[in-house]
Amino acid sequence: MSVSASIFILILLAGAGFFFGRQRSLALVSGKLATLHSLPNQYGWYVGILMLLPGILVILLWIVFSGNIIDTMVIASLPDHAGPATEQARALLLNDIHNTAAGAPHSGSSEIYIQEAAQRYSRLKSQGVNIVSALVALFAVIGGLAGFRTIRPDLRARTHVERVILILLILSSVVAIFATLGIVLSLIVESARFFARVPLAEFFFGLQWSPQTALREDQVGSSGSFGAIPLFAGTLLISFIAMCVAVPLGLMSAIYMTQYSRKNVRKVVKPLLEILAGIPTVVYGFFAALTVAPFIRESGGLLGLDVASESALAAGLVMGIMIIPLMSSLSDDALTAVPEAMRDGSLALGATRSETIKQVLIPAALPGIVGAFLLSVSRAVGETMIVVMAAGLAANLTANPLEAVTTITAQIVALLTGDQEFDSAKTLSAFALGLALFGATLLLNMLALSIVRKYRESYE
Amino acid sequence: MSKNTAVHAPTVWGSEAMQNRISARYRKERRFRLLGLFAILLALSFLAILLFTLGAKSIGGFFQTKIELTIHFDRSLFPDLDGLNSDEASLALTRVDYAALIRQSLMDRFPDVRQRRDVRSLASLVSAGARQTLAGTVRQDPAVIGATQDIWFLASGDIDSFVKGKISRDVPESDRRVKDREVIWIDALDAAGKVKVGFNWGFFSSGDSREAELAGIWGAIVGSFLTLVVTLLFSFPIGLAAAVYLEEFAPQNKFTDLIEININNLAAVPSIVFGLLGLAVLLGFFNMPRSSPFVGGLTLGLMTLPTLIIAGRAAIKAVQPSIRDAAIGLGASPMQTVFHHVIPLAMPGILTGTIIGMARALGETAPLLMIGMVAFIVDVPESFSEAATVLPVQIFLWANSPERAFVDKTSAAIIVLLLFLILMNGLAVWLRNRFERQW
Repeated sequence: MSVSASIFILILLAGAGFFFGRQRSLALVSGKLATLHSLPNQYGWYVGILMLLPGILVILLWIVFSGNIIDTMVIASLPDHAGPATEQARALLLNDIHNTAAGAPHSGSSEIYIQEAAQRYSRLKSQGVNIVSALVALFAVIGGLAGFRTIRPDLRARTHVERVILILLILSSVVAIFATLGIVLSLIVESARFFARVPLAEFFFGLQWSPQTALREDQVGSSGSFGAIPLFAGTLLISFIAMCVAVPLGLMSAIYMTQYSRKNVRKVVKPLLEILAGIPTVVYGFFAALTVAPFIRESGGLLGLDVASESALAAGLVMGIMIIPLMSSLSDDALTAVPEAMRDGSLALGATRSETIKQVLIPAALPGIVGAFLLSVSRAVGETMIVVMAAGLAANLTANPLEAVTTITAQIVALLTGDQEFDSAKTLSAFALGLALFGATLLLNMLALSIVRKYRESYE
Repeated sequence: MSKNTAVHAPTVWGSEAMQNRISARYRKERRFRLLGLFAILLALSFLAILLFTLGAKSIGGFFQTKIELTIHFDRSLFPDLDGLNSDEASLALTRVDYAALIRQSLMDRFPDVRQRRDVRSLASLVSAGARQTLAGTVRQDPAVIGATQDIWFLASGDIDSFVKGKISRDVPESDRRVKDREVIWIDALDAAGKVKVGFNWGFFSSGDSREAELAGIWGAIVGSFLTLVVTLLFSFPIGLAAAVYLEEFAPQNKFTDLIEININNLAAVPSIVFGLLGLAVLLGFFNMPRSSPFVGGLTLGLMTLPTLIIAGRAAIKAVQPSIRDAAIGLGASPMQTVFHHVIPLAMPGILTGTIIGMARALGETAPLLMIGMVAFIVDVPESFSEAATVLPVQIFLWANSPERAFVDKTSAAIIVLLLFLILMNGLAVWLRNRFERQW
């Protein structure tokens, strides 16, 4: 018996409930529909929902909480000498038990008590699923019977059903709030644990980033340093290079497409530009590392410049290319939102098109263009794969685009992939970086959205 | 005439100064226009260069060098299968030293190679997967034991790159991954017509491997599929319900504003932050299985949810109010109006938005790195809760491999990913054109 099987059975049961509820309502009035309060289908739904809801609730609770409950029970059942002393040991032990239970060939642990715990874990899990399935079926039957028996011609089935649906709709739209809450809370909680070990001032003003903490206490350089300024500077440098590519190209192509090109040309060119936006960032990263970086390195070598093989320039250029369509389509919106009358007035006074664009359209659309710029910057700051693959991990504090720099996102990936220590300052620092990243992009987005909204209102 | 009107001499348009000024303005106009055209062409040429480079590199990934060897299935190396049932027989066959068969065949062809070290490098001409090929041949037809057969084997990754010309002969031997000795062997085999380059079907049917020549993308495709199923099952119902509520039922108040602000902000949160959310909440708090399509799908589902809600709202908004009025007028409840009339009419738009959101989720890498989908996984995943990898992550993993042969594999995997994306976006465009309604 698995969880998906019990979901399947639940749906079958509810389907049967729907059918019988519908039949029952028809039988009660012997086919004279006008005497029923609601339509027969709605009586069917009424019974079906009564059967489904408790079961779904039970299954959700099981999915969410079963892992923790079973782990606690398994740990509690361990013999005294094997009980973990610290949080860290507990996590390692559980990892061992899970691997053994899953039958991983190289889990390495052949200790008897781990084997037993693993067996116990598997047994508890299958017992739990069985209990859940039984509960689900029981609730479905109870709910179905209760629903079936309460069906009367004057039962307001439609009102009940619609109320449940409305509640479900509201719950769905609240998921967005929960997602934001989840992000903010998880980032803040983990960052707080980080800042308990590393002072805030060191993180935000320190100039040295080397998160390698030693395995042994007495090792040389055992305290990593967590000054994030080189990362912020690297992020800004790469974003700046990206903007130098994306803003002129994006803005100019938007101007050309809205003001100069014929309609059918625009119809072809715009989707082609959108392709640039649809290409996955990992592809850009590969392109940057494989083609652009060596190209820049070689052409720099011809000019006698010493270019790092993972230069900020390569990552920034490719990121700029990626952002062109975003900048272009947002500026496009801003330009087309300017009332025709302003443009026509300028043209009628004898200004050329370019003069109209430079002196009337762009000033009028400026808030929208600034909004587009801010959103593009936010995109550049949060971009991950290009910098992971092309910008490297050397935390240099430099403004030279030919050197290697690293960014917030690249460091988060480096810190959280590969071998992780539980609960170390190194792992936790990723969340502090994540919080800084989230805060920065949130600020940029809010600013951009409010500027764009205000601007739109002024023309409406 | 009013008093304060100044008297100007009329502009002489024909004067040279004026003519110069006008032509200067027109020159500026032309220059500006060309600048715009240049910007578009530059952006498009970037696209062309990107696609061309990847396309050219990917060809090597779709084709594979093979080497034909004459294998003598020496009876003395095989166990006696008489009197064993089929299970015992296949178990006995897995223990056979197939590497010895390959070694023997190569030594027969190059009788002057006798040193132990040389024999080992000779044997590494063919892929480590050659043993599986042989085992498969014997399992299919045990009658070959004792016989002699010509069999094509995959060449090892470096030899493959060499035959395709990706490793140059002109590089000094010390810098070359294929040594002079191996070059001589390969040339000899080639002269005998024992080397060919053929389409690499294995690329589409096998999982990941440390050996470039054996690595395939089927495991990643299945992983991507499972992940997207979870993403779709999570984000489509919730996104649709939220869009319906906000567009049709929500009252204008602070709470609704809060929801809307949240959705707009979530849409612009960097994807890696969703990965951190998945790591801290789904893995850390709820203890869900690490690296699994289930967790990956939920993370991507949260990420695509705002896109879906925004697209759904736009589609619902586009349905004419007269449809609602007519339904209400005929006695339908607001809920019936929405579910029987508005949603079906808005469905093409909603589906278009959903497909575009799924395409974005398919190409996403960063959040999946956070929840541990970077593990090296050979097996093709079979359920939502076992460790899996997805196409973009597979690309990332291969891109980090130093071996030359993996560059081609990476490009080939990228082309496959782009094909899927083109297919999905094409479907979305088709849906929009086919069902778009002009009111």
